[in-house]
Amino acid sequence: MEESQIVRIKPPGSLITLDFAEIWAYRELLYFLTWRDVKIRYKQTAIGVLWAVLQPVLTTAIFTVLFSTFARFNTENVPYSLFALSGLIIWLFVHSAISMASNSFVNHANLVTKVYFPRLIVPLAATFAGVFDFIFSFAILIIMMIYYGLAMTWQIALVPFFLFLAILQTAAFGTLFSALNVRFRDVKFALPFLLQVWMIASPIFYPANLLPGKWRLVFAMNPLTGILEGFRSALFGAPFDWPVIAVSSISALALALFALYVFKRMEDKFADMI
Amino acid sequence: MQVIRVENLSKLYFLGEGQPYSLRELISGFFQRSEPRSRTQDHWALHEVNFQVEEGETLGIIGHNGAGKSTLLKILSRITKPSSGSVEIRGRVGSLLEVGTGFHNELSGRENIYLNGAILGMKRAEIQKKFDEIVAFSEIEKFLDTPVKHYSTGMYMRLAFSVAAHLDPEVLIVDEVLAVGDVGFQKKCLRKMRDVGESGRTIIFVSHDMQAITRLCSRVIWLKDGELQRDGESKQILGEYLHEQSRTSAEKTWGILEQAPGDEIARLRGVRVYDENGQTASSVDIRRPVNIEVRYDILESGKVIIPNCHFYNEQGICIFISHDWNGGWRHRPRSKGSYTSTVRIPGNFLAAGTVIVTAAASTYEPFTVHFMERDVVAFNVNDSTENDSARGDYTGVLPGVVRPVLDWQTEINSN
Repeated sequence: MEESQIVRIKPPGSLITLDFAEIWAYRELLYFLTWRDVKIRYKQTAIGVLWAVLQPVLTTAIFTVLFSTFARFNTENVPYSLFALSGLIIWLFVHSAISMASNSFVNHANLVTKVYFPRLIVPLAATFAGVFDFIFSFAILIIMMIYYGLAMTWQIALVPFFLFLAILQTAAFGTLFSALNVRFRDVKFALPFLLQVWMIASPIFYPANLLPGKWRLVFAMNPLTGILEGFRSALFGAPFDWPVIAVSSISALALALFALYVFKRMEDKFADMI
Repeated sequence: MQVIRVENLSKLYFLGEGQPYSLRELISGFFQRSEPRSRTQDHWALHEVNFQVEEGETLGIIGHNGAGKSTLLKILSRITKPSSGSVEIRGRVGSLLEVGTGFHNELSGRENIYLNGAILGMKRAEIQKKFDEIVAFSEIEKFLDTPVKHYSTGMYMRLAFSVAAHLDPEVLIVDEVLAVGDVGFQKKCLRKMRDVGESGRTIIFVSHDMQAITRLCSRVIWLKDGELQRDGESKQILGEYLHEQSRTSAEKTWGILEQAPGDEIARLRGVRVYDENGQTASSVDIRRPVNIEVRYDILESGKVIIPNCHFYNEQGICIFISHDWNGGWRHRPRSKGSYTSTVRIPGNFLAAGTVIVTAAASTYEPFTVHFMERDVVAFNVNDSTENDSARGDYTGVLPGVVRPVLDWQTEINSN
């Protein structure tokens, strides 16, 4: 127990401070909330965590049938089903984690009005619970790659970097919407639509080389573009499109800072508004 | 050593804030450039509150509902921020504004202990160390691995409180969490809290249970309308508080006829709430009847005058209105003089909480209101923890404006 630590409670100031030390001190709570989300998500389901695998696999099957019949994308030497699956597991993580995070405060209203802890932990826990599902679907992807006999190159070492970016931008969006949802319940209606548009605008089931060359960097402002491009290049040993990846990385970072700013501006009022 | 220092603490709420409103309203408000919210809509939940707490002190906070107790606890627990002023707390703070915060029905008792412990700010190692103690205290050993949704309310509350009771902070902030739960376990919790107090911890305790306050607290702070009314030795302050409560709420009289509310036909002279023993009572047991006595003068003979009482709860909801229909003067013109009308509300009828009374007298033909005094008296209906009220064995929150004891019949149709 820390002896004689002094807590000062003051009116919200105009200065925005982010106390990383405090979040670190509460890391066990982050762990337990993540663990709880994971634990209860598949309670009373017949096949449990298999859903985390079934969703991307079934969607991939549909896309593969659809696009190998009606439209043929140039996915270089990667089989389309593998291409689609690699995009879909990232997208399903982004989609489910943002959806869950955006509702996290509304669902945990009693936590916010009854206990103090760094509020950022709530949307972060929802995001990390999504990472748990991702691990399973990622395992399927690796198994598929081995099945197709795709050679792995040194580039696979860069996969964690792109996954980190994916988690960062997902956490950012989740945090942003979770805060906005406390004040504006419009988020509940707007978000599914936004996610739909975002999915179509991102190279998930089509390759980024379909995007017109001169607009490529504009598309890269969507962080998901660079993340998907980089993730696939790293996995399949294809050449990296560094300018796209750089723009997307900066965009993801800017997004995270913006989300943090909005969140910090709003968090003091959560308990009074929720 | 001073552990808590509260300086000029204020919290302002704007009426209407607190409700999440939609984007559309915000945008339309922006374009309309509507007037800034009028000052009458501001509400000081706390206003310029100052006090200090010494190490090892057990401080009770009392006051009517809406006096600012919850707001003060929320600020001390860092759940909400003050509008101005400051608080300084030395040491680790544990706050207990609700038991079982974060409990999840699908998780087992064991899992909920860890989860709830973490939410209350305990480290995992700390929970592990105290785990057996927590389980023993809660008396639910056998059901440790059963999801808590299969627990009875009593078991659920016991488990939830056991985790909380093993919090080991330097400063413990407790809201009225003991209001529910069986009496035996409540006593055990109070004992546990007293032990905590005696081990040199500082405790801040809010309760409507004056007995618990007297037993636990040496010093009491009385909040009234967001301001600190009194601060001092608990017996003294509690005495004053109870006195004021009984004086302002259970009885009201007008000594001078000219100042009494009413018209040239009838004037209200006094209203009193009394229990079945005839004692003026600001609070009654939910199972016992309560009487409202209205005294008034009739100043003009020849009119049929019907006294009536309107009953409201704290949320301003009209519980019911009762007119004198069988008091003997329903069709009988009154002669000049002083009258007393009494209405008796049976026990096991009102819901627990504060009941606010409006006293009135009217003539029906033509319809005229002679006097109508709003919020003239009020009384508290105290919930019962015995099993003979409408609550039965249920210990949770029981909403509703009335709580009659009704007859139930259950028959088995087949098996």
